Amino acid sequence: MSGTPYDRVKLARDNKRPTGQDYIKNIFKNIIELHGDRRYSDDKAIIGVIARLDGTPVTVIAIEKGHTYKERVERNFGAPHPEGYRKALRLMKQAEKFGRPIICFVDTSGACCGIGAEERGQGQAIAENLMEMSTLCVPVISILIGEGGSGGALALAVADRVWMLQNAVYSVISPEGCASILWKDSAKADVAAESLKLTAEDAKSLGVIDRILSESDIGSKEYYDRIRTLLTDEITELSKDPDLLQARYDRFRKIGMRSN
Amino acid sequence: MALLNFLKPKNKLEEGGRTEAPVQNDAGEPEKNCPNCHKDIPLSRLWANQLVCPCGYHFRMKARQRISMITDKNSFCELFANIRSDNPLNFPGYKDKLEMSKTASGEEEAVVCGTALIGRQKCCIFAMESYFMMGSMGSAVGEKITSLFEYAMNHRLPVVGFTVSGGARMQEGLLSLMQMAKTSAAVKRHSDVGLLYIAVLTDPTTGGVTASFAMEADIILAEPGATVGFAGKRVIEQTTKQSLPKVFQSSEFVLEHGFIDKIVQRKDQRKTLAELIKMHHGE
Ligand SMILES: [Zn+2]
Repeated sequence: MSGTPYDRVKLARDNKRPTGQDYIKNIFKNIIELHGDRRYSDDKAIIGVIARLDGTPVTVIAIEKGHTYKERVERNFGAPHPEGYRKALRLMKQAEKFGRPIICFVDTSGACCGIGAEERGQGQAIAENLMEMSTLCVPVISILIGEGGSGGALALAVADRVWMLQNAVYSVISPEGCASILWKDSAKADVAAESLKLTAEDAKSLGVIDRILSESDIGSKEYYDRIRTLLTDEITELSKDPDLLQARYDRFRKIGMRSN
Repeated sequence: MALLNFLKPKNKLEEGGRTEAPVQNDAGEPEKNCPNCHKDIPLSRLWANQLVCPCGYHFRMKARQRISMITDKNSFCELFANIRSDNPLNFPGYKDKLEMSKTASGEEEAVVCGTALIGRQKCCIFAMESYFMMGSMGSAVGEKITSLFEYAMNHRLPVVGFTVSGGARMQEGLLSLMQMAKTSAAVKRHSDVGLLYIAVLTDPTTGGVTASFAMEADIILAEPGATVGFAGKRVIEQTTKQSLPKVFQSSEFVLEHGFIDKIVQRKDQRKTLAELIKMHHGE
């Protein structure tokens, strides 16, 4: 692991990195994609599937950025609308009903900023996911595979375990946004990236994530096999926990606790 | 609707958590300029009218002013006053900003929490403080709100919350972001045992606070003309290269789109809240 935090941001945004779909295709079998939020539309920035993980049925939610420019436009560059978060929540509630563990792959610069997104309640959609995910009574694992952009990423990362690729980033605001607000100069993004503590190592030392996944063999068969094994083992562990919900509550409850 | 006249005010007052010194008129009485009708209104007159201009514009209010306006006399008992921010990420300039905000607001953090009576009904109450870093949510705000919902759950009390926030406090990075999940989980627990939570959105309620506890209440009220939204207007304009409709991201806009229950003028808030609490928690 090397480079400045801002180098990591650029790596995390690289469109040659595996995207949500790549993980789904290479880790799971018997994949069936399910569409739509049943309220407004089907958001292509978020993919929802039921599939088998080593034989066990699971629900997988992935933010998809796309690789080529055409794909990226179609996926809205991985910036979900409210209906994307509502589709995700619908499928997570469905997973809960049928006792399926949930796995989320998170990769977004942030929830979509736009007129339609505001008209349809982007804030409300994210808020509802945060609330509902906190009490889903099946194991939830979220993996940050690229950019973890603020509330738009967190809306799929209220999980029992949150993992991060070694070159993924997780931040409350983009370094460019932070620099332009604080110093009126988006060119100071490198300083902001440093100050925001957004790398995987930072997130781990802050207690925000539980595990850093190596990228040494990213994209290879061994890479996906390793993640599959990690997921299988972790889900087996979590499924045995009689206090899953209390542990999930405590996991977030203790972050940033300070009284003096 | 006449209220639409004062949407998108160019409010120079209170930007950055500071107040302009009131102008003295000829008679020597301090005045405040209304960003909606552009008239100079004597402060005494504004105070007599809960900081609402005769034209209907609702000026921002400090957290403790709100609490004393809404709650029964001498009934407020503050909770969690000792929870305050430090600089967990060693973020450049944050320490100074905290000190400045403390001076500007007279508060130790951007939210005031406690218990109180509203129309003789006991409840938990929080009011966010716009003069403290524009009500941004860092670890201390998240911790206080979470603690208040836990307290309310343990004592089986409803929660009334006045929101005003520019969003998550970026100087605390990921720790701020996680407060959205932490507060939401506490709201959910409070809700799941059948207790009432009423949010009153005031100007501005945006970003990470909109995307967490502001939008999670059983009943969501808002002050007229408040900015309510997720993304910042400037960001949306830059991203979409479109100019935004005049009413965009106002209380009236979110009411029309179905995201809040009711717009309530300041003078009616106490009565409305008391009535609602009584209907849920009274005998
Ligand atoms: Zn006026």
